[in-house]
Amino acid sequence: MDLRFTDEEVAFREEVRSFFKENLPEDIRGKLIDGEHIDKDDLVTWTRILNAKGWAVPHWPVEYGGTGWGPMKQYIFLEELQKFPAPAPLAFGVNMVGPVIYTFATEEQKKRFLPRIANLDDWWCQGFSEPGAGSDLASLKTRAVREGDHYVVNGQKTWTTLAQYADWIFCLVRTDPEAKKQQGISFLLIDMKTPGIEVRPIVTIDGGREINEVFLTDVRVPVENLVGEENRGWDYAKFLLGNERTNIARVGISKQRIARIRELAAKEMSGGRPLIEDERFREKLASIEIDLKALEITQLRVVAADAKRGNTGKPDPASSILKIKGSEIQQATTHLLMQVMGPHAMPYQGEEMEGSNEPPIEPDYAASAAPGYFNYRKVSIYGGSNEIQKNIIAKAVLGL
Amino acid sequence: MDFDLSEEQSILKDSLDRLLADKYGFEERKRHMASSDGWSPEMWARYAEMGLMALPFTEEDGGLAGTPVETMIVMESFGRALALEPYFPTVVLGGGFLRIGGNDDQRAEFIPQVAEGALKLAFAHTERNSRYDLNHVETTATKDGGGYVLNGAKSVVLHGDSADKLFVTARTAGGTRDENGVAVFMVDVAADGVSRRGYPTQDGQRAAQVAFDNVKVDSADLFGNAEDGLALVREVVDIGIAALCAEAIGVMSGMHELTVEYLKVRKQFGVPIGQFQALQHKAVDMFVATEQARSMALYAAMMADSDDLDERARAMHAAKAEIGRGGRVVGENAIQLHGGVGMTMEYAVGHYFKRMTMLDVAFGDADHHLRALAAEGGLSAA
Repeated sequence: MDLRFTDEEVAFREEVRSFFKENLPEDIRGKLIDGEHIDKDDLVTWTRILNAKGWAVPHWPVEYGGTGWGPMKQYIFLEELQKFPAPAPLAFGVNMVGPVIYTFATEEQKKRFLPRIANLDDWWCQGFSEPGAGSDLASLKTRAVREGDHYVVNGQKTWTTLAQYADWIFCLVRTDPEAKKQQGISFLLIDMKTPGIEVRPIVTIDGGREINEVFLTDVRVPVENLVGEENRGWDYAKFLLGNERTNIARVGISKQRIARIRELAAKEMSGGRPLIEDERFREKLASIEIDLKALEITQLRVVAADAKRGNTGKPDPASSILKIKGSEIQQATTHLLMQVMGPHAMPYQGEEMEGSNEPPIEPDYAASAAPGYFNYRKVSIYGGSNEIQKNIIAKAVLGL
Repeated sequence: MDFDLSEEQSILKDSLDRLLADKYGFEERKRHMASSDGWSPEMWARYAEMGLMALPFTEEDGGLAGTPVETMIVMESFGRALALEPYFPTVVLGGGFLRIGGNDDQRAEFIPQVAEGALKLAFAHTERNSRYDLNHVETTATKDGGGYVLNGAKSVVLHGDSADKLFVTARTAGGTRDENGVAVFMVDVAADGVSRRGYPTQDGQRAAQVAFDNVKVDSADLFGNAEDGLALVREVVDIGIAALCAEAIGVMSGMHELTVEYLKVRKQFGVPIGQFQALQHKAVDMFVATEQARSMALYAAMMADSDDLDERARAMHAAKAEIGRGGRVVGENAIQLHGGVGMTMEYAVGHYFKRMTMLDVAFGDADHHLRALAAEGGLSAA
């Protein structure tokens, strides 16, 4: 047992850090530090920098552009990326549909889609949830009816993150309404420019415009855009959701936010002295740090077990712990960051301020604190709510 | 990074677990607890045969050169069995004073005795008003010719009633709470002026209150420096905290497994109660707390022999705090999910819960360590 990183891993960490330092545009990093949303161009720029280095899709098989790194190096890369902070590559492409395509799709589909995902030539979004199908995803109703060389798709998807930028959407659609609910589902790739698709924004409680409703009305999708076999889509979706839990703990993001809390709590005053000197505040911060340290080691245990077992494509059910604790800690840090601002968390400087010539209300770093807290309530909901994660552990780990 | 045990470590774990499974069932434990010593001299001899007493000492000193990982393995197994023997005060704490604070003569004289199971030790430090503050020492050591005279009283000396020798902290200089002026002496329990009153603790272990009334000690009984003994105490206590964290993992996983098992067999409303989601989620909360605590016990073991004293102290604060609060989640839920049967002395789960609770109040509870970590600027401010 040796819980230290090897010399090679330490050297790799340095290599990654210095690459970020030399290559990430400073304005993009600044937006992340301030908790602002980065825009489409920022992510495209950064993804192409990574892709030129060969690092856009590290976890993919080497033949499709992966790096061949083991789980530990991948972990180090992601943690450094989050801590730096640098934007994460678009998950819907590189972590979700990409692995489904290289695992289940035809050679033609692989050639067509994978390089464009790695380079963010295609922006992908996820068409899973529906108004009536959330945690009970398999009850989805969007229909796809085969007519000659096309499927005709009708239905509604929701919570579709960044659909406003998307070139493509991967959808779960019902192709056999007679079959038991998991068995009549197929996995379709749909071009967002196809007639009959309408995207309507949903404004979230923080004032943000990340998510959307996507309406599909008589959308004609060529059958060549079916992934794998018809009516096997649920298997591919389960595979995808398993991958989604990779690095869901987001330890690096919480570390970065804790560093930010420390920095700003040294500026904000409380009781005539910097807030960081307040005992109660320090205890709250230390309490989160302890949880985060435990989570980091739990994550490393899962990574080390993966490395040993070899990549089976099946996530360790214990990784549900990472989702539960990771989301709790992310939420605790966003709440504490808001508390750091005190009353200055109040001013709402939303969309209507954009393009205005007025200076921001001081202190400018407080503007994203409360929205960040509001927005991060999502992390215990998406990707399988924490209650669903507990069901998974109860069944798969505890055998209840 | 490698979380696997070496082959030798796996053998150690397997053989100790097998021994405890064979010989340390709940009924046997009850018998040991009711015996005059309150623990089993027979098991003590078996541990010595296995080499457990020699584990942490260097080969030159007659030991097996085990690392904190070996201590972690042993303590976790003891935790799962709820073992009652004085391994922690003798080998972990007492052994710590011997190997870190002992000079050549002291190591040569006492380590072989500990290693063969012939000498039992205890750490007499806590006082009525010290709470968890290691620097708070009212007991005095007054210079007397070539030696010292000790006066004072120590509380909750773990296994102090069965110990042969005590490591006693006493003040040679300075005020009650000064960092300097604390010395560590080894005192024979038979020395004139030492009086002990042994008693059982809440969790069925043993402890004693010990009084020192003009007890003469020789300068050869001094461990480390007469002025600067607190650094030695802090180091030994940090090693002790790492060991208690490991024991807590055994306790937590033991009671979690019992609970999950119970959820599968206990039926109400015609079905096993484990089918109810309200209970499933509590069982998962216990699982998450146990795994998070396990990660921190690993962290504590990794840091227990770190030369970076500041980082080591922060790590122990963090680990003990996480284990204290996680242990409470696991313990209280274990009782709750067992329902009435969890409340009975006849059933094992309550004994796990009581051990876990006492582990929290030993060497600083979760609040104490959280406060200490916060005062030092947290984990990442190093």
